[in-house]
Amino acid sequence: MTAMVDIRSAHKSFGTLEVLRGIDLQVRAGEVAVVLGPSGSGKSTLLRTINHLEKVDSGWISVGGSLVGYRRQGNRLYELREREVLRQRTRIGFVFQNFHLFPHLTVLENITEAPVSALRRPRKQAVETAGTLLARVGLADKASAYPRQLSGGQQQRVAIARALALEPELLLFDEPTSALDPELVGEVLDVIKDLAHQGTTMVVVTHEIGFAREVADTVVFMDDGRIVEQGPPSEVLDRPRETRTKAFLSKVL
Amino acid sequence: MSLTSDPPLKTAPEPTPAEDYSALKVVPVRHPWRWVAVAVTAVLVAQFAHGLVTNPGWEWEVFARFFATETILKAVWITIQLTFYGTALGFALGIVLAFMRLSASPFLKSVAFTYIWAFRSIPLIVQLLFWFNLTYLYQRLDFGIPFGPGFFSFDTAGLVGAMSAAVLGLALHQAAYAAEIVRGGVLAVDAGQLEAAAALGIPRLRQLRRIVLPQAMRSILPNAANEVISLFKGTSIVSVMAIGELFYQVQVVYGRNGRVVPLLMVATVWYIVLTTVLSVAQYYVERHFSRGATR
Repeated sequence: MTAMVDIRSAHKSFGTLEVLRGIDLQVRAGEVAVVLGPSGSGKSTLLRTINHLEKVDSGWISVGGSLVGYRRQGNRLYELREREVLRQRTRIGFVFQNFHLFPHLTVLENITEAPVSALRRPRKQAVETAGTLLARVGLADKASAYPRQLSGGQQQRVAIARALALEPELLLFDEPTSALDPELVGEVLDVIKDLAHQGTTMVVVTHEIGFAREVADTVVFMDDGRIVEQGPPSEVLDRPRETRTKAFLSKVL
Repeated sequence: MSLTSDPPLKTAPEPTPAEDYSALKVVPVRHPWRWVAVAVTAVLVAQFAHGLVTNPGWEWEVFARFFATETILKAVWITIQLTFYGTALGFALGIVLAFMRLSASPFLKSVAFTYIWAFRSIPLIVQLLFWFNLTYLYQRLDFGIPFGPGFFSFDTAGLVGAMSAAVLGLALHQAAYAAEIVRGGVLAVDAGQLEAAAALGIPRLRQLRRIVLPQAMRSILPNAANEVISLFKGTSIVSVMAIGELFYQVQVVYGRNGRVVPLLMVATVWYIVLTTVLSVAQYYVERHFSRGATR
């Protein structure tokens, strides 16, 4: 069994605040891991360490068999240059809570920017891929719109298409529906479910318990910088062993 | 007495039928004091215009005679050159200083901070006189190994003429202000934009050029236009260095013929015309950078 994501005893502090207190987590290729937990439990920070937006203080993380942010040579780990880190990130898609689309670029330009500038794809090919992806998220007619002309749900679907344009081997979602009006949550979750059914490896931080139950292969419950409990949804969500998991679920269900 | 049912109302008020207002005439609110203010202002404006036309002191025929003479046109051209080089060099250096202040290196940060602190503290006119007297401080300028031997050397007297001293002074002064304007613009861009660009693996320079700067331009432009316009008028200060820009030349002419007011009007109208051109340019440049924006 090879893990697509392999996190070993990851620690991270912001000043005196210890956000991650030793995380071990493996996600296999094709698997969907859903991370649940109260706010401040460190789940977003954990997600951000996977593509090196945050650097861990100790421990290590590897994605697809290669270390994130470091290169091993003999008995030393060399920190990667920014350019190499950026290169690594093209293999990892990231979808933000607040979309972070580029407001001065059209939907099409948002999606083609990274393939053209980071992967040096020919523009024509990038535009074709973008068209296919837009159709896949149900926004084929919005290519020339600007992000501010779209609803939140549409913007998040564009953001997902933008992440997919790099053909990543791993997708990370940081509370992808938390900034959306309730009636728009469904359309975004449907897109993510679709990706899950096609065997995309994903780590999803969310508060949507129903989504976790339906899509997750593994549910990870975090609290206070630690993983409290993990396992298939039928165990963690329906028969939690830990009292903290029970307490959390009783509040959100 | 039962609490579960209300006592029957003896006289249930009959709902009055809704009146139909649609046929009535609507009378707007009157603003009598607004009309008074308009009348007073109109009289003042008329008096001023009347004075411009009838007061012989303006000497419009003198104005017309000098407005487009070769001397004045040459002076306007020098003013434009001073503005152009001052702006171009000033903003080029300003961008470098802005990114030094935004960099992670404490040394680069403090050098940029000190530069901005110093050049904002020294009055422009004092600085210009310093540059004008550069030859007194450094007689020769050498290019070579720092603290070591030089390969090329120049006499500063030949290198820094009055014009280059003026451009240098204006540009160095402008750079301090430009740096803060550019820094402000970059800081105004949502941090999430850089994070998204980084998460997509977009190369660093491309992040700046394609993602950050176009968005920063929206807040940079209004301030930058202010700076360019104030630099343009500020070039009149280099008249102290006897450079033949617009204001200096006008002074020379009225020193000769004594027609102070019409010649000041020549300078004034040129300043107004060129500021108008800059303002129109500002409008179009701002429109270019506002794509995708809602306001």
